[in-house]
Amino acid sequence: MTDLSQSLTSVRLGLPSLGRSRSVVNAALGIVLLMALWWLGGWAVSSNPRLFAFSNFAPVPTLSRLWQMIQSGEVITMSVPSLERVGLGLLYAVAIGVPVGILIGRVARVNEIANVPFQFLRMISPLSWMPIAVLAFDTWDGAIVFLISMAAIWPILFSTAAGVRRIDPSWLKVARNLGANPFHTLFVVILPAIAVDVLTGIRLALGVAWVVLVPAEYLGVTSGLGYAINDARDTLDYARLAATVVVIGVIGFSLDALAGQLVKKFNWVRQDGH
Amino acid sequence: MVLMKSKELAMPKSPETGPARPLTGAHVAVFGLSHSYRKADGRVLENIDFEINQGEVVALLGRSGCGKSTLLHMLAGLTKPSEGEVVINGNTVLDPSPKWVMMFQAPSLYPWMTVAQNAALGLKFTRRSDEIATRVPEVLDLVDLGSFADRNAQELSGGQQQRVALARSLAPRPEMLLLDEPFSALDAFTRRSLQQDVRRIAKDLGLTLVIVTHDVGEAVRMADRVLVLRSNPGRIAEDTTIALTDDERSGGSEAFSREHSRLMAVYSQVAGIGDAPTENDFTQI
Repeated sequence: MTDLSQSLTSVRLGLPSLGRSRSVVNAALGIVLLMALWWLGGWAVSSNPRLFAFSNFAPVPTLSRLWQMIQSGEVITMSVPSLERVGLGLLYAVAIGVPVGILIGRVARVNEIANVPFQFLRMISPLSWMPIAVLAFDTWDGAIVFLISMAAIWPILFSTAAGVRRIDPSWLKVARNLGANPFHTLFVVILPAIAVDVLTGIRLALGVAWVVLVPAEYLGVTSGLGYAINDARDTLDYARLAATVVVIGVIGFSLDALAGQLVKKFNWVRQDGH
Repeated sequence: MVLMKSKELAMPKSPETGPARPLTGAHVAVFGLSHSYRKADGRVLENIDFEINQGEVVALLGRSGCGKSTLLHMLAGLTKPSEGEVVINGNTVLDPSPKWVMMFQAPSLYPWMTVAQNAALGLKFTRRSDEIATRVPEVLDLVDLGSFADRNAQELSGGQQQRVALARSLAPRPEMLLLDEPFSALDAFTRRSLQQDVRRIAKDLGLTLVIVTHDVGEAVRMADRVLVLRSNPGRIAEDTTIALTDDERSGGSEAFSREHSRLMAVYSQVAGIGDAPTENDFTQI
């Protein structure tokens, strides 16, 4: 009993001493847990005669198929069109969301007018625009980019507006007093002040866009990760399907981490400052 | 933190580093100024008339809510008066101008910039970026922060940040500085040294200086003249001269105590404070 409590105490005391490596160890633990669950699920499926056809979803067939796909370059060919669509969709969302966000953040009247319509539109699943998008755009690609933009614009717009509202009014007063014209005020004060908010909005938007991408790519197109998922399902190639899922997850995770690094880089708030 | 370099700066050493134009303070005349924020509300300020001479240091002394800060905003052109006008150097003030720069209680530095970048803002905004390389080190030396140029503004103490704000205000070579209780958030020692330094710099450069304060000690230490404001509505109740030499202003002298008591008595009477707090310079907040 004493031995146990002693060893428990030493474990508890020992953990902080791991310091920085602790978070790495815990992250590795999370990955191992996920793999274990996946393996367990694969084992359950393959041992069930009714589900045996799906046994290629298990880690071993999936990862060996993934290795093949990486070697053949298929991973690249299926990812590039998807990344292009998400990139373009985000670009439009930023081009519209940031200026409109600044406007509703700066002008109370515009905010009051726009609030209800924007909150209403925001709550509509972007995928419900699919039929309209198909009608409105000549190409499937155009429709997909539109759907991604519809999903991505709201986090960017609202985050920008919130950032503008948080700008210290005295920063604007100082700029005005020192002779700043509206161009200066925008580029020297407002944009640097809200850079973190805009990037945080883009990070959130990226997450939503990446989620919307796959179902959007079920539309007409014959390239991209969503198409690859659909195609693998139709050809009963479940190892390829599961490998594509892994690719989607890894790219999404990497994009988010990248955006997180950008947010950190542009964050001017110093924790150790006065 | 005594500024030794200010005198050198006032006298140009060479054509390259010397001032681009003679440094003379602004002349201010205020005619029949009244202000109310909304028609329904009463007047914050009523029938204000006064004149400030070039290079004069004037304190606007009054309790909170007497409209002294509003008055300062009007001198700066940041607020438009409901009635009356502010005339600086013969021209009616309609807009803010880097020729008369306001400093606030918070330094309001841009936290994503270095000290030097903050100090350069006025020159950048007025399309005088070519002067930044010479002028910014000059003003940072003037406020004793020459070695802090490349530091992030957030890494500095409150007093140092207010010095950067002073350097930022001085860089475009203004004719007048308008101070809205700029030292009230600082500790007593930092406040005292800044009060002395700002007065000295203003006198050396020949700047007109207007200080809004509710601190009698600050008014006595810094101002040549004090306008005491009454509230509801804000009006100038007293216009009195502080006759002290620069040495006497540092406090401790009999002359300082006499002027302090005299102004305190005037202020108490105007503000309607029966039992005025006897102000100890180092405990006043």
